Amino acid sequence: MTDPVLRLEGIVKTFPGVRALDGVSLSVMPGEVHALMGENGAGKSTLMKVLGGIHQPNEGRILMDEKPVVMAGPLEAKAKGIVFIHQELSLAEELTVAENIYLGELPKKSFGRVDWATLFSKTDAILKKLNVGFGAKTRVGSLSIANQQMVEIARALTVDAKAVIFDEPTASLTDAEKVVLFDVISDLQKSGVGIVYISHRMEEIFKITDRITVLRDGQYQGTVETRETDEEKVTQMMIGRKLDLSRNASHHELGDVALEVRGLSCGKLYDDISFDIRRGEVVGFYGLVGAGRTEIAETLFGLRDPSKGKILLDGEEVRLNSPSDAIARGISLVPEDRKGQGLVLGMNCRDNMTLPQVDDLKAGPFVAEGAEVAIFDLYRDKLDIRTPGWKQKVGNLSGGNQQKIVIGKWLSMKPSVLIVDEPTRGIDVGSKSEIHKLLRELAAQGYAVMVISSEMPEVLHVSDRIVAMYSGRIMRTFTSEEVTEDSLIQAISGIGGDKAA
Amino acid sequence: MATLTKQKIGSVLAKQGILVAFALFIIAFTFANPKFLSVDNLFSVIRSSAILGIMALGVTFVVISGNLDLSVGSMMSFSTIVVLDLHDKIGPFLAIPAMFAMTLCLGAFIGFLVGYLKLNSLIVTLGMLSAIHGLTLTYSGGKNMDIADKEGTWFSVFGQGTALGIPVPILIFLGLAAVLGLVLARTPFGRKVYAVGGNGTAATFSGIRRARTVFLCYVMSSACVAVAGLIQASRSLGSQNTVGQGLELEVLAAVILGGASLMGGSGTIFKTVIGVLILGFIQNGLLLLGLQFYVQFVVTWVIIILAVWLDIAAKRGKLWSPIA
Repeated sequence: MTDPVLRLEGIVKTFPGVRALDGVSLSVMPGEVHALMGENGAGKSTLMKVLGGIHQPNEGRILMDEKPVVMAGPLEAKAKGIVFIHQELSLAEELTVAENIYLGELPKKSFGRVDWATLFSKTDAILKKLNVGFGAKTRVGSLSIANQQMVEIARALTVDAKAVIFDEPTASLTDAEKVVLFDVISDLQKSGVGIVYISHRMEEIFKITDRITVLRDGQYQGTVETRETDEEKVTQMMIGRKLDLSRNASHHELGDVALEVRGLSCGKLYDDISFDIRRGEVVGFYGLVGAGRTEIAETLFGLRDPSKGKILLDGEEVRLNSPSDAIARGISLVPEDRKGQGLVLGMNCRDNMTLPQVDDLKAGPFVAEGAEVAIFDLYRDKLDIRTPGWKQKVGNLSGGNQQKIVIGKWLSMKPSVLIVDEPTRGIDVGSKSEIHKLLRELAAQGYAVMVISSEMPEVLHVSDRIVAMYSGRIMRTFTSEEVTEDSLIQAISGIGGDKAA
Repeated sequence: MATLTKQKIGSVLAKQGILVAFALFIIAFTFANPKFLSVDNLFSVIRSSAILGIMALGVTFVVISGNLDLSVGSMMSFSTIVVLDLHDKIGPFLAIPAMFAMTLCLGAFIGFLVGYLKLNSLIVTLGMLSAIHGLTLTYSGGKNMDIADKEGTWFSVFGQGTALGIPVPILIFLGLAAVLGLVLARTPFGRKVYAVGGNGTAATFSGIRRARTVFLCYVMSSACVAVAGLIQASRSLGSQNTVGQGLELEVLAAVILGGASLMGGSGTIFKTVIGVLILGFIQNGLLLLGLQFYVQFVVTWVIIILAVWLDIAAKRGKLWSPIA
């Protein structure tokens, strides 16, 4: 048996009042993909910060090739061959791929001039290894997110990497783009690099990893062989209880058509979209990023003007010129980007939740704070939002609780149509299934729910019907009984979809 | 979790830091000149801070909404000149509302450019600083403006009068602070100002009319400027065209010193009042130390830099960091 390329041994890291890591160990063999899992706040990021030299551990050792090392800072970690691929990209969009890859260490000629020939040839050599479809001189801003991620990875390969840490690398990738990423990971694997793979997505973990280490509340829960375990066991290790993973089979009594869209088009974004959603129904919209789903939601919320077509609410044609129009008509949107579009992070929980109706909650000229607290308490209990109190700033809550604040904000408006766009992005497994359950319950209470998601299990799990979109058009609509994974993938890839709405 | 507590400690330290520095200033000044803590001197500090303070109240709204207003100084000159000129032409009863209307138009214009056209507020108000100065000079023909009969007008009451033994400018300042403090903290409009400054996109996604909110902040700011101009005119009953020159930076310094973030979304009227007083005491203290008045220009700048630095340091929990 070979020695591990990287080993963390009994790492303890405390912050004032918190024991963030409590005796965590992790070893990565050369050529191994090692998953690091745990709910948000379990200590994954802290552990990686210790490894990257951003935090110094209070106890424990880091060993590389079985020799103890001290990571004094990020640069030292990189020099020792530890490379991080972050979820959030840090690229200069206006520069070329080559410049980004060698940023800070561009090859030089006399008088400090950049040696472009060397730069481009070195870069092309790396890009060839990654087998990507773009060249060294491409401007980074013109690349897709997936390809930008490839640039990050290429940057990692400029040093002699011993261990590469991927932190939620697929968060913004489509299913097709993931395949490319997994190819790159397997190439790295073959060249003997140890890989730490952090993700919330079970299907990926079981597809590409060899071993799984689980953390919970800063405690080491154990390491298992991926082959010998299953999703349920891992989930149990992570959250200490079981998880419901079944497909949606329950159907509620359907009411009248709440939302009807006829021949809606918006420039090049989407074309000739027709569908309807009844009360009590969850309709899932599945497709690749850029298929036009979010844009449809934004049109229904008054953020975009359609170029053609009609929107009917309860059978009556409406024009929606602004979000306040849409809200007044009973449409609510839980947007895709929770932190950017959903919440004012510096504001407290209560104020965030009552924001859309603050004009209506008045006592004399002032906001009726009592009524606000009552609304907050009601939805905190209904949605099981865990926060020390309404005064807590939303930015301090976990992703799952933040999302529940956004959902609570819109439920408190008593909408008839609820649109949710990527409701569980970046949320841990436990909260995810809670939100899925909640969406089903809302439908049961008579809401018409439109769910946009790029995760197939999620769409399958919550929808009564699934609308498959490809490149701005509806390819096919499935009922939850007739849908199969294959037919769904075909429809969203633009192949073999019979055009039926 | 861990970074959280660290940030909290950092932010508490940063806020306290200003108060600690303020306390040290006062102790040092009092030792240097015992007159510093006398009632007369305290009163005079507040009275001389009133004009600056009233302008700072309006700018607080603008800054919390995530924008800047650098035009308040020259706008104040404009108000002062206009009301002095109209005083003799149409009488004070009509001059005051006419001046308010003209000043509010300027505020509405800026609000339109920044709110509805979404132009960068720094560029717009920096441009307006210069444009309004030009407007004022055009209006006055470059001459100083004086009221003909300085003894015989009741107009002087706003700047020179007292009620219950308290100078009127102080009463107006504190009264406006109380009203605007309630508007900001308790009304739906105030809530929307925080939301728009904290995260404009999220505010829009919550159905808040962002453009209108920003527009109203600038109108509010110009109304405060008009009040400040009225007091200035009433106090001196005559004025140069440049009376408000440079005030925009002092106003901004007071607002930031009070703890409003330049990124928007945080700050309160109460804190701004504290910021105004701190600035006033420091400037007064420097004078009592026998320093020339122009030293305060340098000191004000240093204070702005320190306050901005502490603001950012409080956000990241460290005084310096390689990443913002």
